[in-house]
Amino acid sequence: MLRRCSVLLAAALLIGACTPAPDTDEIAPAGQEASGTVDFWHFFTAREADAIERVIAEFEKAHPKIDVRVTAGQDDAKMLQAISGGKGPDVGLSYSTDIVGKFCASGAWRDLAPYLDRDAVDLSQFPETLRSYTSYRDKRCAMPFLADTYGLYYNKTLLAQAGYTAPPKTMSELAEMAKRLTRRADDGTIQVAGFVPLMNFYEHTPQHIAPAWDAQWLTGDEHSAIGTDPDWLAMLAWHKELIDWYGHANLQKFTAGLGDEFSADNAFQQGKVAMAVDGEYRVAFLRDQAPAVDFATAPLPVDDSKPELYGAGFVTGNVAGISANSDNPEASWELVRYLTTNTDAIVKLANGIKNVPSTQDAMESPDLKLDEQFQTFMDIFANERTATTPPNSAGPKYIELTQDYVNGYLAGEGGGLETGLRDLDEEINQALDLGR
Amino acid sequence: MLSFLAPALVGIAVFFIYPLASAIYFSFTRFDLLTTPQWVGTRNYAYLFTQDKLAWQAAANTLWLVVVLVPARMIAALATAMLLTAARRGSGFLRTVFYLPALAPPVAATVTFVFLFNPSTGPVNSLLELFGVDGPLWFDSPTWAKPSLVLLGTWAVGDLMVIFLAALLDVPKPLYEAAALDGASSWQRFRHVTLPALSPVLLFAAVTGVIQTLQYFTQAAVAASVASGEATTGGGVSSTFGYPEQSTLTYPLHLYIAGFRYYDMGYANALAVVLFVAAFAVTLVLLLRFRAFAGGRK
Repeated sequence: MLRRCSVLLAAALLIGACTPAPDTDEIAPAGQEASGTVDFWHFFTAREADAIERVIAEFEKAHPKIDVRVTAGQDDAKMLQAISGGKGPDVGLSYSTDIVGKFCASGAWRDLAPYLDRDAVDLSQFPETLRSYTSYRDKRCAMPFLADTYGLYYNKTLLAQAGYTAPPKTMSELAEMAKRLTRRADDGTIQVAGFVPLMNFYEHTPQHIAPAWDAQWLTGDEHSAIGTDPDWLAMLAWHKELIDWYGHANLQKFTAGLGDEFSADNAFQQGKVAMAVDGEYRVAFLRDQAPAVDFATAPLPVDDSKPELYGAGFVTGNVAGISANSDNPEASWELVRYLTTNTDAIVKLANGIKNVPSTQDAMESPDLKLDEQFQTFMDIFANERTATTPPNSAGPKYIELTQDYVNGYLAGEGGGLETGLRDLDEEINQALDLGR
Repeated sequence: MLSFLAPALVGIAVFFIYPLASAIYFSFTRFDLLTTPQWVGTRNYAYLFTQDKLAWQAAANTLWLVVVLVPARMIAALATAMLLTAARRGSGFLRTVFYLPALAPPVAATVTFVFLFNPSTGPVNSLLELFGVDGPLWFDSPTWAKPSLVLLGTWAVGDLMVIFLAALLDVPKPLYEAAALDGASSWQRFRHVTLPALSPVLLFAAVTGVIQTLQYFTQAAVAASVASGEATTGGGVSSTFGYPEQSTLTYPLHLYIAGFRYYDMGYANALAVVLFVAAFAVTLVLLLRFRAFAGGRK
């Protein structure tokens, strides 16, 4: 028995020894020049990775004592596994704000407050929403690195053929225009959809469209707000009505035949969808892959009872942070600071990657090469009612459980929505509790 | 004696006992890879058995695949092998042709199948339309998505077929001759000569098939991603797992999401331990029962 206990104890100690231990280096006093090597991991590839390389080269020129080793194409899972194994990058760039809560709460990314205070970095240069998704419970462990905002794309040719000269501003207008713009074959098959209301179609998702109803996700104490927020009822009822008009199976059949979102066969680029929700990056794809499409952009239409929301939208973005076990946090901070607050660097990155620049100075820079249709997204970005999904320590669970429920509800017979959303609250709260 | 066994014992200890012990330990903790595991007792198991609806749906999907896909693959492989043994000319060529799909990488094969079965633009539904049949939505339908995966699985049965073929060719001919002399019908010859002779191979196919299907991951993940139209997104591909409406969410996919998307490693380990116990139990039952089914001695 004693021997068995000893073996179990040894196993437990061995397992415990494999868990990460955060580094707790003190920060250097102000005025010291950072030096050494910085390992920088990011997820970009191809054209976008080249834009990063160019900016890093300029950083190294301006900081000759710092050598940056760049590794492209690294996703969050790889970064997290590397950090937990003590081999992570000094600086990591993530495409998802979902990780901020976990990385801040667990200490996987360092608290940046001491560096920000020491170097007197003015955080008010970032819009409030960006500040909110890069910190968690007053702990700032990340900095915003460009942003994605979402709005409405519309095909001007198709709208003109149906007699429209302007995009919809309310959800009623969107539904009415969607119906008039839809073309069907004799057998009822959809040939061109005015608007696809399935909430898992390309970028038309609950998180991207929720700001149009001002629908809330979480309460202040990180519990689900969905079941008690009437805006969710209104949002899903609108979608259900339009989906029923199309016929869910008809929409499924139609969308199954459309090309992949991030390919030249994208349905909006192919003129098979007249209006679509998408990010600012679609402008560059359209100019490059579908120059013949005559399109324009606008803010998302909003709930009829909330016209004051028009002009706002959804914003998210990339986030950069310094690993807890970084060997060179001072040089790492120099890099993070340069990439996220240096106007020249941000403008070059925004021009190269075709994302929204994340600081006020960068947005006003004359060097910013703006497409005419890109301005819509800059305006959405600057709108103070523009919203995001709130960070929490359990990551994207609450979003994806909602997505599951919404997809099932929209495919079903309808009814039971209030009860369903309340049950969803319970399911989300239980799932969030598991990670706390 | 022990020194002869040492290399094997070290391998078993390092690659089986230690990971298993770790998984069991972590299954009783809250662990996110970043902080020290915290002991939470049976909380992960309580959540799994009483609160996680998706885990039950994933388990039901996996069970459906075990019940349908494993027999379907075995029947398809056995039927193909029996037809090939009957072929008088070109058997080598035919064996190669029927084996070829097994060489296709699972990802490529799945992508191809999703395109072939595309309800709007795929050739399968176009062909059905020629016969006046309005084809289903296949991978885009919660009802048809799993049967579509079964079709994909039965297409690539070359691996099993080769084993069955070897076993069939190994059945002593005099047994068939004796049975024929006794007036046995072709069904009786199959039931009382072929099946018992094949029983070890059938047992092998059933056990490995069940274990593989309990771990069914790649095809379900790829089919869901491609059919949902978001196969090339950089961020969060796993958010498309289960499309449409969680009908293709298998137990291992749910486990993967828990561990590598939500970083609930403690809970993912609880899911893994339950999967291990289930696979072990099913294997034991199969080993105990199969001989009787195949007509051999108990």
